[in-house]
Amino acid sequence: MAHLTPPQWDRDIRRRLEHGDAAALSELYDRFATLAHGIAQRILDGDERAAGDVTGEVFARLWERPSAFDPARGPLRTWIAAETHRLAVAALREGAGPGTPDETAARVRAASTAARADYIVGSMPAPLHDALRLTRFGRHDCRETARRLGITEAETHRRLRLGLQLLSSASRYDPDAADGTDR
Amino acid sequence: MSSLPRGDASAEAAPDGHQELMTLLGAWALAACTPAEYERVETHLGTCAPCAAEAARLGGAATLLEPPRGLDMEPGLRERVLAGCLARRPATRPVPEWAAPLDAEAARLDALLDDMAEHEWDTRIVLRCGEDGGRPGTATTAGGVLGHLFMLDASLARLTGLPDPPAPRGADTGAGARGPWRELVRALVRVAADREGEGDDGPLPDAYRECAFACWTHARDIADAVDYPYAPPHGPHLRQFVDLVARRLPGSVARRRRSGLAQSPTRLAPAGEPGRALHLEVEGAGGGDWFIPVDAPDAAVSGAWDGTPVARVALEDVVFCQLAAGRVPPDEAPSGEHGDRLVIRDVLSAAAGLSRL
Repeated sequence: MAHLTPPQWDRDIRRRLEHGDAAALSELYDRFATLAHGIAQRILDGDERAAGDVTGEVFARLWERPSAFDPARGPLRTWIAAETHRLAVAALREGAGPGTPDETAARVRAASTAARADYIVGSMPAPLHDALRLTRFGRHDCRETARRLGITEAETHRRLRLGLQLLSSASRYDPDAADGTDR
Repeated sequence: MSSLPRGDASAEAAPDGHQELMTLLGAWALAACTPAEYERVETHLGTCAPCAAEAARLGGAATLLEPPRGLDMEPGLRERVLAGCLARRPATRPVPEWAAPLDAEAARLDALLDDMAEHEWDTRIVLRCGEDGGRPGTATTAGGVLGHLFMLDASLARLTGLPDPPAPRGADTGAGARGPWRELVRALVRVAADREGEGDDGPLPDAYRECAFACWTHARDIADAVDYPYAPPHGPHLRQFVDLVARRLPGSVARRRRSGLAQSPTRLAPAGEPGRALHLEVEGAGGGDWFIPVDAPDAAVSGAWDGTPVARVALEDVVFCQLAAGRVPPDEAPSGEHGDRLVIRDVLSAAAGLSRL
């Protein structure tokens, strides 16, 4: 999983997109499709078709108007995550179905938190990410995770705690504030 | 952002082990401590409000962890999204139609590699047949397969005039082979845009298609070995593969005839006449009709035929490609046959023979 996009890469790809370079569009998609689709899918609760539509819309907007992304204001990865988040939440509200406005708001909040968590996990430093991944999805205890990573158990404890602390900030995230400001 | 676990000033060296137990909270939230540690943390949480608050927060965070789901994307989403973009703003520098399959197949293989667990890189991959002059059972790993693809793509790179790519270190470097291979394919797709005017059937477009075809075939080998599903290529790309194989058939039939391997009697077509033809009917999204001349190695394969074909054979698009890749034997390939059995046998064997070139 990619963790950081070098700013130089961001600037180069934007320039190539501006020139209408279709190979650049492919490279952009291959780099960020999993990120965008993952966020959209989490927010839209597995609605495959809707998640695909949101993913397509994010890339189409950037391809149509590459200047919508300003490298001076942050990495492209963040821009794509925020744009996907915004469009997916809008799609969720639009197709909210039955329920009071409060219920819809709660669903939007839960979905946003989940998507935000995925994004945090995807962009946290590799040592923290690897420790969380092995422990949670590999279902290893600390001793085994430490052995696999070639670190001490104390260091494993430290990484797991720090990783979860970063992750816990996801629930303090307000989706409505993100609509315009999380750039 | 929360404070880092190091540097907490509160309750340093407290008698009840607060400092030590606090560092265990992450492992505790993930149920990854030893039973003894677990019990000590639980006891401590009953008496320490700050730790109890953090434990609740980290416990909530742990429930947010979801496994990554890269392969969950619907097959065909990439082509749908790219086509949608290009419909809204046409490219000034398009990727030529003949380079699109390589672009797409490399992306698909890369997504598979991305989802593979560490230990799956050690999985033995048996190249079933066709490789190595038809000797079955050559075993390698995903890294070895990538090394092979890298060599094929490097030959293509020389054809395009790209500088020689830096080779991956070692013959079989596992996951380390991935980056150099991916970069090389990206460079190939970029440089293809400069050759857009090349025409569709020149040697360069076909060399791109061959590399894409090899990429798909070997991606399937890897996917089968690690037991992952692998969808067929995008329909229009699959059709390019089928067409590439079909166009190679007359030459392959003639080679087998010269080597005495043909079963049907030899008939030289009089000069200027096309001779006999087989109607190849390929089913599926990559399908269509091709008429394969069997008496004249240089006669053009086409989508229409003036005379009556001596035989007709029907196959699925994917099966036809697998036949040509040496992954399906000739007798198991067709879904329907009519007419001259010997001619059909010769053409199917000629398709299988392409895998050894």
